[in-house]
Amino acid sequence: MTEQATTIFVVRRAVGPAVQAEALVSSKPFSPRYDINQQTGTFSRPGHPLEGRSFAGKILFFPGVQGGVMGGWVFFELKSRNLAPAALVFERTNPVMVQGSILAGIPILDGIEAAALQTVRDGDIVRVEPLKLQVEIVKRAAMP
Amino acid sequence: MQLTEEEQAIRAGEWGKGAADALEMQIKTGAFFGAKRFVPVGNVHMMGTLESMGDAGYGFFEQLVRDGTRARVTFTSNSRCTDPGTASILKQDGQLVAREGQLFDLQAKLGAVTVNTCINYQTVYQPHFGEHVAWGDTGTVAYANSVLGARTNYESGPAALAAALTGRTPEYGFHLDEQRIASIRVRVRAKIRDIADWGALGGAVGRAVMDYWTAPVLEFDEIPQPSSDDLKHLAASAAAHGSLAMFHIVGVTPEAPTLSAALGGRSPQRTIEIGDAEIAAVYALYPPTDDPVELVVFTAPQLSLFEIQRLVELLNGRKVAPRTRMIVTTSEMNRAEAQRLGYCEALQRAGAVVVVGTCFYIMYPEKMTEAFGWTRVVTNSAKLANNIGGAKYKSVLLRTEECIEAAVRGAFP
Repeated sequence: MTEQATTIFVVRRAVGPAVQAEALVSSKPFSPRYDINQQTGTFSRPGHPLEGRSFAGKILFFPGVQGGVMGGWVFFELKSRNLAPAALVFERTNPVMVQGSILAGIPILDGIEAAALQTVRDGDIVRVEPLKLQVEIVKRAAMP
Repeated sequence: MQLTEEEQAIRAGEWGKGAADALEMQIKTGAFFGAKRFVPVGNVHMMGTLESMGDAGYGFFEQLVRDGTRARVTFTSNSRCTDPGTASILKQDGQLVAREGQLFDLQAKLGAVTVNTCINYQTVYQPHFGEHVAWGDTGTVAYANSVLGARTNYESGPAALAAALTGRTPEYGFHLDEQRIASIRVRVRAKIRDIADWGALGGAVGRAVMDYWTAPVLEFDEIPQPSSDDLKHLAASAAAHGSLAMFHIVGVTPEAPTLSAALGGRSPQRTIEIGDAEIAAVYALYPPTDDPVELVVFTAPQLSLFEIQRLVELLNGRKVAPRTRMIVTTSEMNRAEAQRLGYCEALQRAGAVVVVGTCFYIMYPEKMTEAFGWTRVVTNSAKLANNIGGAKYKSVLLRTEECIEAAVRGAFP
């Protein structure tokens, strides 16, 4: 498989402005209540694959969502302190994430193919285009 | 989305800026999910805690109040994070308590009836079959859809607020017939007797399904006779463990007169069996230890009068062990009745603390670890057992009777 052939992924539905930023990929479903520290803008759950990593200004990729309605306010609060992610991309999301992203004006994309989360690497420069329903890897991060 | 004349007027600002902004947000959400139109909602229930929204959310409410914004439908508040009445006993930060009080005053100025409860469906508002509502707190959503046959998605704080201000919500997800049809069949063979078992069943089903967009249908060998409290624990736990918004029980819930009706006449995509072993496996996630029992909590959801009455009966005049703290959370309304009926006095005489208007896992439990050293909690709530893990507590899930014995002995029975 060439790098070229895998750089554009289609999503099922999306809303928000187009943005370009560094990617951060989680192998675990997202729980806004328990995974993150809102004061520091980092993943803080002990044992989380991204523990200690900052998500501010990053495009976050998750397989799914865990947890309740608290996520509706979280991004708005993070945005007010410049700690919000640049965009959220899910394989499968729920209404709470969508409502919360819209309130905060953060693009959210849902229904990306599972292969994308295997392909996109932390540090890749990624562009999300909600109107075109697509996610593009613009520049590859160096292989770890 | 198709907008009615009234909706176009709201968008144009005829109901004020707050409603116009709210409608704009709802249009985006509706468009995202492919909603074709709005549906009017009969009632809104909002989660609007200080903990979840921080200063930005607080400012959002201040601005709405300054603009003179008012809710268009009846509108209630979910549990908050602090209880002024017991704050000193539980060492809740006085400044936080005061600020959250101010936040809820702002919500009241928008028209919210600040009942601060997660059991609104038992105590405040029972939507009729087919009624559209906009409810937050996942347990209330699962109960509304499943048990009452009302229709709602998970409406997080800002979405519920928007619905309150516009009196409507975009028609997607569980507002639509198609989304409510079961696709997974769950054969329940386990013996279910205590509310903790119903919670464990919710945990087992939630963990097996693990998807907001999937409704399972539970089928018992004999049609069960669950109480409202049984179903409350089932719903809250299925939502907490599996993000479920709806389930059916054949012969019990209104959209499942038969298995085939719940499945919309189709074959299930898969069938799951839940026997005693699967229920035991949920309890085994939260096993007892040899440590002394430091904390026993009855919460998540807040207790009904019947649950409170049962605790009093199980205590039977005995006292909670000296080194053990027992906490019971309920709503303001239930507390008032429990007081009149003598239940509160009985609980307090036993040494228990009755906390109102909140729920233990959102009461800044990490701060209680700092203040009291608590790291473990015994509970009959499968929802609490799951959620409190996020605050780094180890849970022990036991049946109600065993929880009371643990509280009285200060050790596991």
